[in-house]
Amino acid sequence: MIYKPTTETELAKLVVEATSPFEIIGTGTKRTLGRPVENLNVLDLSKFSNVKSYEPEELILDVGAGAKLADVEKLIAAKNQYLAFEPPNYSQLLGSKHSGTVGGLLACNLSGSRRIKAGAARDHILGLSAVSGRGEVFKAGARVVKNVTGYDVPKLMAGSYGTLAAFTSVIFKVLPRPETEETLVLHGFDDAEAVLIMSAALQSSCEVSGAAYIPNVGTFLRLEGIAPSVAYRRDKLVQLLGGKTAVMNARDSTVQWRSIRDVLPLSDNDERMVWRISVTPSLAPNIIAKLKAQIDLRYLFDWAGGLIWLDTPQDAAQIIRSSIGDGHATLMRAPDAIRNGVQVFQPQTEALAALSARVKNSFDPSGLFNPGRMYEGV
Amino acid sequence: MLTMPKPDLSILARQGEIAAALREIVPGEGVIDAQTQMRVYETDGLTAYKQMPMLVVLPETTTQVSQILKYANANGIKIVPRGAGTSLSGGALPLEDGILLGLAKFNRILEIDFENRCAVVQPGVTNLGITKAVEHKGFYYAPDPSSQIACTIGGNVAENSGGVHCLKYGLTANNVLGIEMVLITGEVIRLGGKHLDSEGYDLLGLMTGSEGLLGVVTEVTVRILQKPETARAVLVGFPTSEDAGQCVADIISAGIIPGGMEMMDRPAIQAVEEFVHADYPLNVEALLIVELDGPQVEVDHLIERVSAIAKKNKSKTLRVSNSEEERILFWAGRKAAFPAVGRISPDYMCMDGTIPRKKLPEVLAGMAKLSKKYDLRVANVFHAGDGNLHPLILFDANEEGELDRAEKFGADILRLCVKVGGVLTGEHGVGVEKRDLMLEMFSQIDLDQQLRLKCAFDANGLLNPGKVFPTLHSCAEMGRVHVSGGKMAHPDIPRF
Repeated sequence: MIYKPTTETELAKLVVEATSPFEIIGTGTKRTLGRPVENLNVLDLSKFSNVKSYEPEELILDVGAGAKLADVEKLIAAKNQYLAFEPPNYSQLLGSKHSGTVGGLLACNLSGSRRIKAGAARDHILGLSAVSGRGEVFKAGARVVKNVTGYDVPKLMAGSYGTLAAFTSVIFKVLPRPETEETLVLHGFDDAEAVLIMSAALQSSCEVSGAAYIPNVGTFLRLEGIAPSVAYRRDKLVQLLGGKTAVMNARDSTVQWRSIRDVLPLSDNDERMVWRISVTPSLAPNIIAKLKAQIDLRYLFDWAGGLIWLDTPQDAAQIIRSSIGDGHATLMRAPDAIRNGVQVFQPQTEALAALSARVKNSFDPSGLFNPGRMYEGV
Repeated sequence: MLTMPKPDLSILARQGEIAAALREIVPGEGVIDAQTQMRVYETDGLTAYKQMPMLVVLPETTTQVSQILKYANANGIKIVPRGAGTSLSGGALPLEDGILLGLAKFNRILEIDFENRCAVVQPGVTNLGITKAVEHKGFYYAPDPSSQIACTIGGNVAENSGGVHCLKYGLTANNVLGIEMVLITGEVIRLGGKHLDSEGYDLLGLMTGSEGLLGVVTEVTVRILQKPETARAVLVGFPTSEDAGQCVADIISAGIIPGGMEMMDRPAIQAVEEFVHADYPLNVEALLIVELDGPQVEVDHLIERVSAIAKKNKSKTLRVSNSEEERILFWAGRKAAFPAVGRISPDYMCMDGTIPRKKLPEVLAGMAKLSKKYDLRVANVFHAGDGNLHPLILFDANEEGELDRAEKFGADILRLCVKVGGVLTGEHGVGVEKRDLMLEMFSQIDLDQQLRLKCAFDANGLLNPGKVFPTLHSCAEMGRVHVSGGKMAHPDIPRF
C-alpha cells in the first residue's frame, strides 16, 4: 500500500492509525541505501514539495521535504546562492533517475567535497517540521542562523535515515556562491605523497575548498572566491607545493568536482560493491595498502584522504572494517542479498547501540518508521 | 523569581556518607565539603542567582567521572557539571541537594595533530588555551566567545558557544569533530573523532548545546584552522538603525560573508567611548564594525565593496583600518561594551535573543517602548551578521523592585524576539534564565519530544535538573502516548 499524504494533519492521522510499519520515501532515489526494508507500506512524502519561504538576504530557505533537490538548487542559484555543503547526486552510483529530495538528502546527511571547508549537510540545517512515530507534529530549530534554544534536534535528524520522524519541511542555511573557481592539478604522485600534498595545502591559509586524489589521474586542489583572490592563492599554492602543476579553469574545474562529488569514477560498473569510508586523513594510504594486499579494489580519496571511496567485486566487509582504525565504513551499493547479510553501517559498541535504540524509542516507540534500516531492531 | 526543584531532604541527610563514598573514588582534596571552600562554586556568570551545592567533586580521570556518575545514578543524587563557571544563563548554578562536578582538573592538551588539522584536549582546557597551543604554527581555534580567556572547551560544547567570528567560521557545533563522554549510568562512549560524519544518530550534534543535561564530556577533538593572512575592519556610523540594518542586509545580499559584523546603538556607543576612547563617532544612532579577513588582495577588494554599500545606505562616518593597531582599536570598544555599561550602571542584565535581521528596526523600536514602560535604560550590542541581539538592561539591584522589573523587561524583549520569528537564545543557552520562557517558542508537544530525548540519556532526571525545561516530568510519564491538540499535556504536573 502506498500512502501519499498532502498535509501534516493527514500524515499525522496516518501514523496515529497505523497498525504496521512504513517505509518512508521522498521520490525513492535512495531506497537502496542502508539495510533493505521490504514488504512495508510506503509513506510517500513527495507532495510536501512547496517552497514555504526563501529569503536570500536572511540566508534562509524553508522548503517542503519532498521538494526535489535539483529544483531547490535552481531556485537559489538564481539569487547567486547555494547549499555550501555541496550535496552530491548519487543517481549514477545508485542507478536512480535524479538526485532526489531535500528530505532524503537530510535523512542521509550527504555532503560533497566542500565538506572539509564548509561543513556537512547537518551543519546547514537550521530547523524542521516533522511528524514523530507517535503521530505528533513537532518542530525543531528555527528560521535564524544562530540558535541554541533547546536541543539541536535538527542535527539529530540529519543522517537518521527516516527512522525517527517523517520530515515535512526543512529550513536550510544558504550561502552566497563563490564568484569563480580554479583547480590545481598535480601529477605523478602516489597515494602517500598525494595525502601529504593535500595536507600541506589544507594547512596553508589558501582556503582550499576541495582536496581529492584519483590514482594514476592526479591530485586536485580547488580554490573558490573572487577572481583576484583565487589567482593569488593559486600562485601561493604552486610556490608552496612545487612540482609539476596544471590549472583547470572554472568550467573544467566544475565538471571535475562534480565527477568526484558524485563518485563517477566508481559508478561505471554496477557489478561491484561500493564503500564509503570515513577515516583520519593521514591514515588513508596505509589503509589502502593493507586492503590492496587482500582484495581486488579501485579507489579514490576525497576530503584530503579523510573520505575513501572504493569498489570491489568481493564481499569484503570484515576485511575493510578490520583495516580502518577508528573510521567508519558504509556499504553504499550492493545487491540486497549482501546488504541483508552484512552490517551496512559501522557496527556500534554495546553502550552506543543501546543509547541509539533509546533515542529511536523516544521518537518512534512503536517502531513504525523504517524499522531496521540502519541497524537490526532499531 | 526563579524556583528550583525542591531539595530531597533524605539526600541532604546523607551528605557525610555521600562525601565518604566520593572520597573512595576521588582521593585527596578532590572532594570538597567545607562551606568556605565551596563558596566559589555558588554561582556562575549569571550572578543574580546563588546556591551552595551539597558537595563539590573534582575528578581527574574519565574512570573517576564514570564511577561518580554511576554512584549518583544508583543513589538518586543530582549532578551539576561545571567547567569554568562562565555561563551567562545559569547553566552551572548548583543545586542544594546536588553534587557539583567540576572538570577543572581535566586541563591537559592531549594531542596536536597539524597533519590532520585537529587537536585533542581535555574539557577543562580554556578556549583560548587551544589557540595558544597551536598558534606557533599559525593555527587557531575559530569559535571565540567573549569569555574565551576563561571559559573551557567542555563548557563551550555544553553551550554550543559562538562569538564574533561564528558568522563565517561557525559555532562550536561546526568545529567539534569528536568527544568522549560519560553517561549517567557510568558508561563511556566516544562520538566522532579525527574522521568526519560518523554514521549512526548524530549524538555529537545533539550533545553540543545540551547544557549538561545529557552527559559529561571528558575529551574533545576540535578542528583547528590556519589563521587568515590579513584582517581589516571598517567602522561606519549611521543616522538611524534602519540604515545600519539595511546596510547589513545589503552586504549579505551582495554575497559577502564578513569575518565579523557587529552593531552598537547610541547608548552603547556613548558608554563605550567614555570608557575606552576608541574614537567612535558620537553623533550617530548606530555604529557598524565590519571585519574582512583573508588574503590581502581579497580583503582590499571587499573593503571597497563594503564601503560603497555603506555609503549607499547613508553612512555619516566611515573609517577603514590602515594598520593592525587601528583594527584592534576599532574592536577595543566593542569588546569592552559589557564592562563599559557596567561603569554607567550598578547592575546590568545581558539578554541574548536572535531575530531575522530585517526585523531589527521593529525590535529596536519595541525595546524603546518597553524601556519607557519599565523605566529602565537599555543599551544594545548586536552580532548583526547573524541577527544575534545582546540588549543590556541597566538597573540597580539595591533599589527595591528593580531586579524584578529588569527580569520582566528582559522576558518581554525575548517574547518580542520570538514574536518576530526569532529565538530566545542565540549563544548563551537557556539555563535557568530563559527556562520559564521555553513555551513562548515551543509547543508542549515540541518540548515533550525534547524531554523524551533527555529520558533516553538520563532516565532518572539527575543530570542538571531545573535547567532548560520549565516543567519536571518523570520519564515514565513521558513514555505514555497522549492526545495532542495544543492543550496542556499534563495539567496536574507541578511547574516551576
